[in-house]
Amino acid sequence: MTTSDKFVHMAIAVLLFYGVMAGILLLTQRLRSRRGERVQAAAFLGPSLLLIGVGLLYPAGVTIYQSLFGAATFDPPFVGLDNYADLFTNSQQLTVLRNTLLWVLLTPTISTVIGLVYAVLVDRAAFEKFAKALLFLPMAISMVGASIIWKFVYDYKSGDSTQIGLLNQILTWLGIDTYNFLLEPPWNTLFLIVILIWVQAGFAMTILSASIKGIPEEMTEAARLDGVGAWQMFRHITVPSIRPSLIVVLTTITIATLKVFDIVQTATGGNFDTSVLAYEFYRQNFVAGNQGLSATIAVVIFILVIPIVVYNIRQMRKLEAR
Amino acid sequence: MSTSTPTAAQVPVGTAPAVPASTAAKKGLTNRWASAVALIVAVVWTIPTFGLLISSFRPEADVKSNGWWNFFTDPSLTLQNYRDVLSGGSTGESLTTNLINTIVITVPAVLIPISLATLAAYAFAWIDFKGRDTLFVAVFALQIVPIQVTLVPLLQLYVDPPFNLMPLAGRDAPAGGLYELWLSHTIFALPLAIFLLHNFMREIPGELIESARVDGAGHVAIFTRIMLPLMMPAIAAFGIFQFLWVWNDLLVALVFSSPQVSPMTVKLVSLVGQRGEDWQLLASGAFVSLAIPLIVFLALQRYFVRGLLAGSVKG
Amino acid sequence: MKNQRTRKGLAAVAVVAVSSLGLAACASDDGGSSNEVSGDAPGKGKPECAQLEQFGDLTGKTVSVYTSILPPEQEAHENSYKVFTECTGAEVDYEGSDQFETQLVVRVKAGNAPDIAYIPQPGLLKTVVSSGSVVEAPQPVSDNVDEFFGEDWKSYGTVDGKFYAAPLGASVKSFVWYSPKMFADNGWEVPQTWDDMLALSDDMAAAGTKPWCAGIESGEATGWVATDWLEDAVLRDAGADVYDQWVNHEIAFDDPAVAEALDRVGGILKNDKYVNGGFGDVKSIATTAFQDGGLPILKGECGLHRQASFYAAQWPEGTDVSEDGDVFAFYLPTTNEDNGKPVLGGGEFVAAFDDRPEVQAFQTYLSSDIWANEKAKATPGGGWVSANTGLDLNNLTSPIDKLSAETFQDPEAVFRFDGSDQMPSAVGAGSFWKEMTAWITGESTSDALGNIEESWPAS
Repeated sequence: MTTSDKFVHMAIAVLLFYGVMAGILLLTQRLRSRRGERVQAAAFLGPSLLLIGVGLLYPAGVTIYQSLFGAATFDPPFVGLDNYADLFTNSQQLTVLRNTLLWVLLTPTISTVIGLVYAVLVDRAAFEKFAKALLFLPMAISMVGASIIWKFVYDYKSGDSTQIGLLNQILTWLGIDTYNFLLEPPWNTLFLIVILIWVQAGFAMTILSASIKGIPEEMTEAARLDGVGAWQMFRHITVPSIRPSLIVVLTTITIATLKVFDIVQTATGGNFDTSVLAYEFYRQNFVAGNQGLSATIAVVIFILVIPIVVYNIRQMRKLEAR
Repeated sequence: MSTSTPTAAQVPVGTAPAVPASTAAKKGLTNRWASAVALIVAVVWTIPTFGLLISSFRPEADVKSNGWWNFFTDPSLTLQNYRDVLSGGSTGESLTTNLINTIVITVPAVLIPISLATLAAYAFAWIDFKGRDTLFVAVFALQIVPIQVTLVPLLQLYVDPPFNLMPLAGRDAPAGGLYELWLSHTIFALPLAIFLLHNFMREIPGELIESARVDGAGHVAIFTRIMLPLMMPAIAAFGIFQFLWVWNDLLVALVFSSPQVSPMTVKLVSLVGQRGEDWQLLASGAFVSLAIPLIVFLALQRYFVRGLLAGSVKG
Repeated sequence: MKNQRTRKGLAAVAVVAVSSLGLAACASDDGGSSNEVSGDAPGKGKPECAQLEQFGDLTGKTVSVYTSILPPEQEAHENSYKVFTECTGAEVDYEGSDQFETQLVVRVKAGNAPDIAYIPQPGLLKTVVSSGSVVEAPQPVSDNVDEFFGEDWKSYGTVDGKFYAAPLGASVKSFVWYSPKMFADNGWEVPQTWDDMLALSDDMAAAGTKPWCAGIESGEATGWVATDWLEDAVLRDAGADVYDQWVNHEIAFDDPAVAEALDRVGGILKNDKYVNGGFGDVKSIATTAFQDGGLPILKGECGLHRQASFYAAQWPEGTDVSEDGDVFAFYLPTTNEDNGKPVLGGGEFVAAFDDRPEVQAFQTYLSSDIWANEKAKATPGGGWVSANTGLDLNNLTSPIDKLSAETFQDPEAVFRFDGSDQMPSAVGAGSFWKEMTAWITGESTSDALGNIEESWPAS
């Protein structure tokens, strides 16, 4: 396909889509009755619900079903819950679970702490906007891009060779032995987590900064008159006031972390005990050819996210009720 | 994707007074140490990207033999890496095609879900029908179905669709398989898009809608004449969101794109795998892929922040 | 075939996308599969067409071919089909994909298979045959293979006693790359036995050169290089029969014979005195890209690098790859005379999903000596060989291709296919790679082999 072909197809797709949309709107605009309103609702919602049903609900069902089958490519045998048992007993898979746990525990908390501290520190400073943009930039970078960026930080050349990686160069300057950051488990997982923290801290900072600016002036003023110190202020006024936002940030980053696979793929290819569930899903399905196990992993990711979502729905319900 | 998608419900943050007021907390912390800490964080956050930028302009021999910081003692710059990576150069690895693919994939994959979601969000926000709340919660909940769960069955649907529909994958697929990418991105974006835009819509005063209805306007008229103009900032916000998502996506592209339409992320990953030691190409290639989202992001940051806040912190 | 492993790495990176799966002409499009011969072949009378005449006039017919071979190698393949088209009138519709392995499976499942697929692994062939959609090879193909290929090759195209797929291209994995110039300067000689090779390594180490360099990093496929090492060692120490039993899991993966072979490999790869020239310590093997593994030879930082014939493509432009040039390869010597001259290698097999005359004619053509020579001539830059004994070595231009072909045609040679390509993918593309990587970075021989044994699928 030539370049112009691609653009033509793109134009066709967009025009086609807007044509259909316009059609729906034109056809339903005359309807005014109670029944008509229902038709309108259906017309407005229909396309979205259809896509969600076909593209999310149905595949999710199929995947749960597939997780009960074995590894053969054609006509896999029914194995019941064996895949699940395997996932929680096999030493390789246990490492994957351990790593995932590390990611999920460390990434949200550290990103949030850094984001929060930074937000407080630069709040209302002269260079606030610029300072924020610096922390914020990694958010626009793809995980693949981020991994390449960090490749230049972690790279290792053994012994006395000239270092290309920044960290090992610093170690050399300090007269410390160089270190292969991505090789030694479990520390290599921590170094990969740093990449995601680097990406996510800006998100935490943005939300929390806005939230901090929302704390009523009277509150802080009163506290200060009472002679509350800086740390006390942070601890007893700032943090409690932005608690809802903190929870939002934590849960959002947690979900994002559970889904991350690009970093592991680009940085280590899942080797040296760095694999996580999201990556193992991909590997089992498309490299090792074990669809059953891969479906099982997907279901487990799903199950891990459910509590977070239930919690969020509760929050939403509470607010709607007010 | 690198953008976090806020999934949480609206969370109130006081009543948003005009005067930002963490002053006290800050004042205590604003001493030399605090500034030092902020500075260190800022530097640590910037240096990796800065190193990549420098590396991408250094000659091949330099990049391979020593670190980018040597640039300061031995400055030499070249555009050769960018020429190589864009034209293919000696390695035959041209990123230009992939750049075009990324653009062609991204535009419809941003426009289509936003439009669909705006319609759906309107229905959820302002049309009364039975089961509305349940349905809305269901859609909200679905945004956490990990993409991983859906990939393989979806792939099979594209290759071998029921009811003799046209396959969207394979050699005979229309547009070399672009449709499956557009469709997939649309599907994956919808729950979050509907949720965010619904939040915006609910903020628009009900009286506005009511008076329009009293004047005899139907839903379509209200939607097109009142809602759309008012919603433009929110739509822009989500548009940036979705743009970054699609532009930076790797997983969906890996699974659904054929070689002729594969985007830059896929190409970069294969560069890492196959030409692991061609650092100069990696650096310039990565920067080509970063440049456009960075520009868009910086230019429209204001909207983007608004989008994030609407999803998570409703004032 | 070249770079099978590169491709695997890439496929691993970019596996699935089903788009481009397609081949225009599916079986049903051409109106059933009547085997009746009609008309005279356009190339009737020409000597190179003799074998294809039996298929009659196929003008206007198309054979779809689906492969993992991409440009620039694709062009040579397409050029080599000219004789077929001249003889029969049928066209070949070639399609390469870097996601071949996954896509082929999806297509077969969807009932939408190509006419012919070049399958790079016996394991995948077995899997696809198990779907029931692969057609047995016709008699002329079988006859050609009997005539031009060894029994060992035919057995890899055979599943459950039925012969399905003729071999196509091939690569030799039992090679050690070295620098003839460096050897001449130092008075070193190409070793004839494993012990000679170790003695040479000691000499090099004494002379201040790290004798060996290696790299096993290959993205998701990291570790495959080390699996080849082990396979070569098992073949040499225990012999081809034990090798077959091991590959087919008739003996345990951690059988003492295998452990012994792995320790033999460890004597080189895990020996700090021997590795890793140009890169650092033993562990650096795990993080060095396989493409870069042998490059220190050019800088004189390393003396020996065990890697397949397709590594020829990795040398930088301008490198003289020949017997007395910058780099060349020698046959990885044996350890045990009783086991003959084992050759570890890889290659593709031609599987057909339809039995229309044009498909069978094309299968016949590909299995003939005529095609092998046409393909050699169509690849002037080198980088391709076949195990076809009808291949005239004079048609091969590059010295390394000649060496490969000679190795295959050596009557002493006992060919064995890369074992990891035959094992179940959970092992061959999973635990085997992973555990060998872990083994390089410090895991014990018994733990590594034990873990692989444990991961072997039950059925």
